[in-house]
Amino acid sequence: MKRIGVFVCKCGTNIAGTVDVEAVVEAAKKMPGVVHAAEYTYMCSEIGQTMIQDAIESEKLDRIVVSACSPRLHEPTFRKAAEAAGLNPYLVEIANIREHCSWVHKDEEEATKKAIAMARTAVAKAARSRELEPSEISVEDRALVVGAGIAGIQAALDIADAGYEVDLVEKSSTIGGRMAQLDKTFPTLDCSACILTPKMVDAASHPNINLITYSEVENVDGYVGNFEVTIRKKARYVDMEKCTGCGICYEKCPSKVDNDFDEGLAQRKAIYVPFPQAVPNKPVIDRPNCRWFEKGKCAVCQKVCPTEAVDFEMEDEIVEQKYGAIVVATGFDLLKLDDFGEFSYGKHPDIITSLEFERLINASGPSGGKLVRPSNQEVPENVVFIQCVGSRDKSRGKPYCSKICCMYTAKHAILIKEKYPDTQAYVFYIDVRTGGKEFEEFHRRAVENYDATYLRGIVGKVFPDGDKLLVHGVDSLSGRTVEIEADMVVLATAMTAREDAGAVSRLMGVSCDSHDFMTEAHAKLRPVETHSAGIFLAGACLGPKDIPETVAQASGAAAKAIGIISKETLLSDPCVSEVDESTCTGCMNCINVCPYKAISEKTLEEKVHGKVVRRLVAEINEVLCQGCGACTVACRPGAMNLRGFSNDQILAEVDAVCL
Amino acid sequence: MSVNAEQQAFEPLIVVFGCNWCSYAGGDLAGTSRMTYPPNVRVIRVPCSSRVNPNFVLRAFQRGADGVVVAGCHPGDCHYVTGNYYARRRLSALRRFLEFIGVEPERFEVHWISGSEGAKFARVMEEVTEKIRALGPNRKMRDVR
Repeated sequence: MKRIGVFVCKCGTNIAGTVDVEAVVEAAKKMPGVVHAAEYTYMCSEIGQTMIQDAIESEKLDRIVVSACSPRLHEPTFRKAAEAAGLNPYLVEIANIREHCSWVHKDEEEATKKAIAMARTAVAKAARSRELEPSEISVEDRALVVGAGIAGIQAALDIADAGYEVDLVEKSSTIGGRMAQLDKTFPTLDCSACILTPKMVDAASHPNINLITYSEVENVDGYVGNFEVTIRKKARYVDMEKCTGCGICYEKCPSKVDNDFDEGLAQRKAIYVPFPQAVPNKPVIDRPNCRWFEKGKCAVCQKVCPTEAVDFEMEDEIVEQKYGAIVVATGFDLLKLDDFGEFSYGKHPDIITSLEFERLINASGPSGGKLVRPSNQEVPENVVFIQCVGSRDKSRGKPYCSKICCMYTAKHAILIKEKYPDTQAYVFYIDVRTGGKEFEEFHRRAVENYDATYLRGIVGKVFPDGDKLLVHGVDSLSGRTVEIEADMVVLATAMTAREDAGAVSRLMGVSCDSHDFMTEAHAKLRPVETHSAGIFLAGACLGPKDIPETVAQASGAAAKAIGIISKETLLSDPCVSEVDESTCTGCMNCINVCPYKAISEKTLEEKVHGKVVRRLVAEINEVLCQGCGACTVACRPGAMNLRGFSNDQILAEVDAVCL
Repeated sequence: MSVNAEQQAFEPLIVVFGCNWCSYAGGDLAGTSRMTYPPNVRVIRVPCSSRVNPNFVLRAFQRGADGVVVAGCHPGDCHYVTGNYYARRRLSALRRFLEFIGVEPERFEVHWISGSEGAKFARVMEEVTEKIRALGPNRKMRDVR
């Protein structure tokens, strides 16, 4: 007979507020196999853990059930505690009576009844648990960082500085990301380029960082410590070895197209570097817009190149590499404004997004830092900023706050006034949100010292009128309607996930929220980890955030990645499938459903009535197996079982639940 | 007690097999967000919806569950790449089998609830409980005890 101990946590009043914990303890004492039951205010605290450890010794407990919070939160905690007391950690079961009971039910009687049933279920499962031993897996001491904006650069630098090799993969032809597009940064007004470009150069010149630009991750296989990643290096049509970055090619190229980097406000050539400080500072040919690829004529760049670096025959290259850990830092996009007809975006060149404004006021932007109206190249007299365009808008946009708009708009108002004292900034806002170090002070400066006019209210319509833009809005504080004759309208457009964020997260096996932002393993305590071990997140791919937060997260993700690749071996989860060779019929149905190719055929030699008989059975590679259990259901003779979630355990749980 | 009164007092037992990576986490989120749903629901944690052997579902009905729900990751979003596709095919076959043997197929449902869908978890549990309450107790498959 098993000797099971049940420990019921009150979690302050989180559990005890709705569940009669004493009643659960009393009921537990009568459950089959239970020899000890106790309660405590905080089971996860040191005192609580010691209580479990003492009971393991004094009561000779061989199974532990902790009725507390979700196993997704504290199962590791209690397993460790049991292990420290000499009990195999896999003999611990959790009954989740907080998230799945006390927090979701109001009626004490019903909640207590359910908590008892949940404890009974966990006891039934624990009675059938077995000692499990993890096996060791080797670890590649190399990391992959996907996305080379400020988050990716910071993560790569931190990992590289710790002494490990990093591949930094970037989709576009240069690293730098969104931050490279910005002018100044709030609240210190540091010039973005001045603080970013040195980091870009550091990343490029670091002996441990291998830049893989103009490339995309195509496939991710494997598991923590041993990811097998396929990377497609898109053809640049420029030989990186031969090219010196002299720039004659893009001077002479005859095809012009809108430059994405300038948000379409300026043009670039078909062979181009997106901006002068690009890293690597070597051009790439935009194939769909190149005359050679379109018509088979031109090749001017090839003719003028002094080092014969242009190669139209170049093809995409596929690279396969193994990594111990992966940091995903793929950044954000801006909301498409198709559903916001009232702002007339796209109908008049002087109605722009905030990111376009950044380019306009940027010294290396299309107008050389001179703020001019795109329509007539004149300095605007009145600039209207509209906040929350698509943010906090459940019906047409996104329900969340994009977090950075209040601050960058204050910055824009200040920058305008510094350059053009005669220009007036108007800001229509719903609320001004300035949570952050020095943020509120910065906003007050925009209002008090730089004379920005803040109007609390929403804008109903923007429409061109002659060479002006009429802005109709409401000032909800005075209750009056406001009409402003503006020269420029700037829309604080909502931050969204990258268009391909869903595809990237599926590739990585990371989950997404309903807006395609990737989700962390725990919103508070595991903010850069994911539920796929060895894959970490940083920056705006998790949700809107500013630069300091992004950098902090990137360093956090780097530290987590280093924590893995610095180890020679990792312990694998022993909760994987196992085969009962005596009942396996060798049908190999299991092989078909295994997503990890963890099952193979094995030939057994057995003596039957004195004769040697050969038969096929399935064999599990315990390192490759991730423990999904698909094979257990596909197995006809029931020879496949999953450790930790075995058939008899789940059936016992079903019986106990229905009792 | 009249039949009507019995029907009114009937509290169904709903067994939920919840995938650890999505729906179980969705249940956790419903908890941390302090949403409410009926206490009739009992969740059994499994690593993946593809771990749910139809046997487990049948066993639950035999032991007196009035409704069974399997909750897994949205198609295309499986933590184990393809598990939920196997679950989907296998469990739709099971639903037809239940109908074939005379159990109301409405007693068995498969839902896709992600880890960020706490509200959906609570809503589905509420809806399933109401539906089974209206359907009445599972008498067909219950063991005679």
